[in-house]
Amino acid sequence: MENLIALLIAAPLLGAAVLLCGGRRLDKAGHWLGTLFAAASFGIGVALFTDMLGRAADDRTLSQKLYTWIPVEGFQADVAFQLDQLSMTFVLLISGVGTLIHVYSIGYMEHDERRRRFFGYLNLFLAAMLLLVLADNYLLLYVGWEGVGLASYLLIGFWQHKSSAATAAKKAFLVNRVGDMGLSIAIMLLFTTFGTFAFGPVFASVGNATEGKLTAIALMLLLAACGKSAQVPLQSWLGDAMEGPTPVSALIHAATMVTAGVYLIVRSAAVFNGAPDAQLVVTVVGAVTLLFGAIVGCAKDDIKKALAGSTMSQIGYMILAAGLGPIGYVFAIMHLVTHGFFKAGLFLGAGSVMHGMNDEVDMRKYGALRKFMPVTFVTFGLGYLAIIGFPGLSGFFSKDMIIEAAFAKGGTQGWILGGVTLLGAGITAFYMTRVMLLTFFGEKRWQPDAAGHEPHPHESPKSMTVPMVILAFGSVFAGAFFEIGERFLKWLEPVTGYEHGNSPVSAMAVTASTMVVLVVGVGIAWSMYGRRPVPVLAPRGSLLTRAARRDLFQDDFNHVVLVRGGEHLTRSLVYVDHSLVDGVVNGTAASVGGLSGRLRKLQNGYARSYAVSMFGGTAILIAATLLMRAV
Amino acid sequence: MNPVNYLYLAALLFTIGASGVLIRKNAIVLFMCVELMLNACNLAFVAFSRMHGNLDGQIIAFFTMVVAAAEVVVGLAIIVSLFRTRHSASVDDASLMKL
Repeated sequence: MENLIALLIAAPLLGAAVLLCGGRRLDKAGHWLGTLFAAASFGIGVALFTDMLGRAADDRTLSQKLYTWIPVEGFQADVAFQLDQLSMTFVLLISGVGTLIHVYSIGYMEHDERRRRFFGYLNLFLAAMLLLVLADNYLLLYVGWEGVGLASYLLIGFWQHKSSAATAAKKAFLVNRVGDMGLSIAIMLLFTTFGTFAFGPVFASVGNATEGKLTAIALMLLLAACGKSAQVPLQSWLGDAMEGPTPVSALIHAATMVTAGVYLIVRSAAVFNGAPDAQLVVTVVGAVTLLFGAIVGCAKDDIKKALAGSTMSQIGYMILAAGLGPIGYVFAIMHLVTHGFFKAGLFLGAGSVMHGMNDEVDMRKYGALRKFMPVTFVTFGLGYLAIIGFPGLSGFFSKDMIIEAAFAKGGTQGWILGGVTLLGAGITAFYMTRVMLLTFFGEKRWQPDAAGHEPHPHESPKSMTVPMVILAFGSVFAGAFFEIGERFLKWLEPVTGYEHGNSPVSAMAVTASTMVVLVVGVGIAWSMYGRRPVPVLAPRGSLLTRAARRDLFQDDFNHVVLVRGGEHLTRSLVYVDHSLVDGVVNGTAASVGGLSGRLRKLQNGYARSYAVSMFGGTAILIAATLLMRAV
Repeated sequence: MNPVNYLYLAALLFTIGASGVLIRKNAIVLFMCVELMLNACNLAFVAFSRMHGNLDGQIIAFFTMVVAAAEVVVGLAIIVSLFRTRHSASVDDASLMKL
C-alpha cells in the first residue's frame, strides 16, 4: 500500500508537466486532463484512506522512501514520505476540494484562452501541496512549501495583463519570502541541534535540547507559518491575492495553501510543546490576526476581499488553537477541514455571482440576487450559516471547540483568549451577514459597467453549481459527522496528542454565550444593512471603518517602516560607500597620480639631459664602487 | 716615457668628449664627441696593455673600433634622416620623447 504514496504526488505532477509542456494541441482537452489527474490523486487518496481505516490506531502510519536525495556524511536528506492520520486528513482535503475546484474551473475559465495553462498551474499546486503534507522531513517539506509559493505566485498573477494582478503576485511572493526565510533558519537550527531534520528522530529527541533552542526553532517556524498563512505581521498579501481568478482564491487562498502554516505548527507539536514561550506568542499572533481579519472583513465592499478578511480571521482561530498545545491541536485541524469546505464553497459562490454579474466585485452593486441565482444563493447561504456557527452546521462544532479550548488554557490567559475568540465569533456573524444581505437581499443596485453593458444575472452552468452543492453538503454535515462519538478526536489523537484541559466555564455556558454573540452580530448587521436601503456609493464611514477599508493601515505601516526604512538604510550605505570606501581607494589613486605627475616633469625629451643623468648615475656608481673597495 | 701619462691623456680626452656631449647641440659635433670618448677608452686599454705586459687590452681596442665603425654607420644614417625631415641637426629640436 505504501508504494501508492508517491503516486498521490506523481499524478498531478505528471498532469502539470503534460499540460505545461504539451503546447497548444492540448488546448481543447487540457482542462479534462487536468481534472482527471486531480481526480486520480483523490482516488488514490481514498484507497489509502480505506486501507488506513482497516488498521489499528497505532499502526496507521505508512512510510515510503524513494531515494536518498543528498547523501553527505552526517547530512542525509531522503526523498521519503510519511502518511499518518494528519497527512491523510490533508490529502483528502487537498485532493478532494482540489478536484471539485478543477471541475468548477472548467466552467469558470471557459472563455479564457489560456485555460490549459491555468489547469497546469492548478495541477502543479496540488502536487506541491501534497508533497508539503506528505514529506517525512523538514527539507522535503520545504520543497513543497516553496512549490506552493510558486504556484500561488503564478496563479495570483494569472491575468498578468492587469498590472494590479502582476503587482499582487509580486507582493505575495515577496511577503512569503520573509516567512520562507524563517523556515530555512528553523531547518538549519534543527540540523545543528539534532543532527537531522527527519520528523521521527527530531521529535523523539526533543527532550535533549534546551528550552532556549526549542523556543528559537519554534519562533522561526511560527514566522514561516505567519508568511504562508497570512498572519500578523505578514498578513498584507492575502487581500491583494484576490486579484487571481476566483477558483484560485477558493483553493489556494482559502481552503488549502494558507492553512499550511497550521499544518506546520501541528506537525511540529513536539517542538512547540517544549517551548511554552513560543506557544504563547503563537496564541497572541492567532488572537491578533483573528480580530484584525474580522475587522477588515467588516469594511470591505469587494466581496472577495471581505471573504479574504474572513479567511485571515478563521486561520487566526486555527493558529490560536494550535498555540494552545495538546488542548487545541485536534480542533485546529478540525476547524481547518470544516473551514476548507465552507470557505471554498463561499468563494465558489462569490465566483458564481461575479460570473453572472460581468465580473463586478463591489457588493454595493449587487442586491436581490437570490431570485436570479437560486442554487448559488442556497449553497452560499449554507456556507454562511456554517461559518457564523449556526447550531448543527460544521462551523458551529469546530469553532465552539476552539472557544472552549481557549477558555481551558486556564488563568488570565484563558479568559483573554476565550474573550477574543467569542468577540471574533460575534464579528464573524456581523460581516458574513453583511455580505449575505448586500449580495442576495435588498433592492437591485446593478449598474452598467464601464463598457455600458447592463448585467443580466443568471445561474451558472452545472460544472460550477455541482461543486458548490457538494461543498455545501460538506459545510452542513462535516462538523456533526466529526463530532458524533468524537470521531475526529479519536482519529487524530495518536498523532497530535490530546488533553482535555480544565475549563473554568462549562461547555454549555460557552455554547450559550457563542449563541448570544452570534445573535447580536447578526442583529447589528441586519439593522445596518437589512432594514434600510444600502447606498450604492459607500458612505464616508467612521474612523474605524475608514481605517479598516485601508486594511488597518497595514500597507502604510509596511511602507513607512520597511520601504522607507530600507530606502534610508540603502541611502546611508551608499553614502558610506561613496565617502569612506571610495574615498580611500580614490585617495590612494589620486596621490599616486599626483606624485607621478611631478616625477613626469623629469622626462623633458632633451637627449642631453638624459645623458647628464646617465653620466651622473655612472659617476655615482663608480664612486660607490671605489668607496666600497677602499673600505 | 711613463705609461701613466697616457692614462692622464685618455682621461683628459674622455672629459673633453663627455663635456662636448653634454654641452653642444649639433648632432654631428655630439657624434664626434662620442667618438672621442670611445677613442679615449681605446687609448686607456692600450696603455693598460702595455703596463700589464699582455695583449688583452689591445684586443679589446680592436673590438671597440669595430663597434665604433658600426655605430658610425647607424648613427650617421639617423642624423641624415633627421636632418632631412627637420632641416636641422640640433638635438634639442628632436625632443619628441616627452608628454
